[in-house]
Amino acid sequence: MAKFLIPLVIFVVLAFFLGRGLSLDPKDIPSPLIDKPAPVFSLSQLDKPQQMIGTEQLRGQVWILNVWASWCVACRDEHPVLVEFSKTGAVPIYGLNYKDQREPALNWLQQLGNPYTASIFDEKGRVGIDFGVYGVPETFVIDKQGVIRYKKTGPVTQETIQTKILPLVKKLQG
Amino acid sequence: MRRLAALIFLVLSSFAWAEETKLNAEGEQRVKALAHELRCLVCQNQTIADSNADLAIDLRTQIREQIQAGKTDRQIKDYMVARYGDFVLYRPPVQSNTVLLWIAPFVLLVGGVGVLFWYLSKRRKLTGAQQFSADDLQRADALLENSSTNEPSNKKT
Repeated sequence: MAKFLIPLVIFVVLAFFLGRGLSLDPKDIPSPLIDKPAPVFSLSQLDKPQQMIGTEQLRGQVWILNVWASWCVACRDEHPVLVEFSKTGAVPIYGLNYKDQREPALNWLQQLGNPYTASIFDEKGRVGIDFGVYGVPETFVIDKQGVIRYKKTGPVTQETIQTKILPLVKKLQG
Repeated sequence: MRRLAALIFLVLSSFAWAEETKLNAEGEQRVKALAHELRCLVCQNQTIADSNADLAIDLRTQIREQIQAGKTDRQIKDYMVARYGDFVLYRPPVQSNTVLLWIAPFVLLVGGVGVLFWYLSKRRKLTGAQQFSADDLQRADALLENSSTNEPSNKKT
């Protein structure tokens, strides 16, 4: 009996772990910043180089930070979803224009539409590092106290918005 | 010869890091050591020393600047972990959620050796149980001898 039982048990255990491994996304690294205050920054706006925008100004409201760049291919897929979402006016979306240049970035917004209340111009990617950005696009939901409550690495889809972001935003705003 | 030297220099310099901040030899050594300890999150299975991804270059610049600012290795690692999580460390730290990762190989080793000894002792008992009397052995010897001399197919004959 044990002759068959032992290999069977080993097989089941292995199958369980390997199966679980298949369903995990190795690119999805949990951010240590969840439930921590958003990094403090003060950078110029993409379209108005003289005007600064910083963490302090954004406090007191629930807001979304979307990290994007004109060189980022996946952002192109994500963009229409954000444009659509911004039209509902449910929550202000701020763009973090990551390691980009003003001209192509502005062209990009002009061509594809601008879902952002304002875009923050992070030319050197410093603020990106503070936010732990490693794969553009990334999206953060930040609450009224300036605490990061959610992070999505990779393109936001209609589904992410409906199932994750919108319910969370509603809860935080309420 | 000069051309060869120039060529070698060219090849070597292409490996050199392009970051601007200059450090002394000891600082350079620390940058290198730290870069080998940190994971490039874009390529995942490379350290930021081995990777030429944009992020890896930026993070190497960060290390450089922080060393210049007088930060310790510990502080620089903490800075990275605060932003990117434990995953950024190439050698996972021993802590509550990684205990299994660290001890599992040893548990498996001890378990494996245990199973081996258990199996061997079981076998020994099995073979040890078959005791023959001196008479039996003599008979067996006689039979074997007989068969080896009389057997026509035996190779000895």
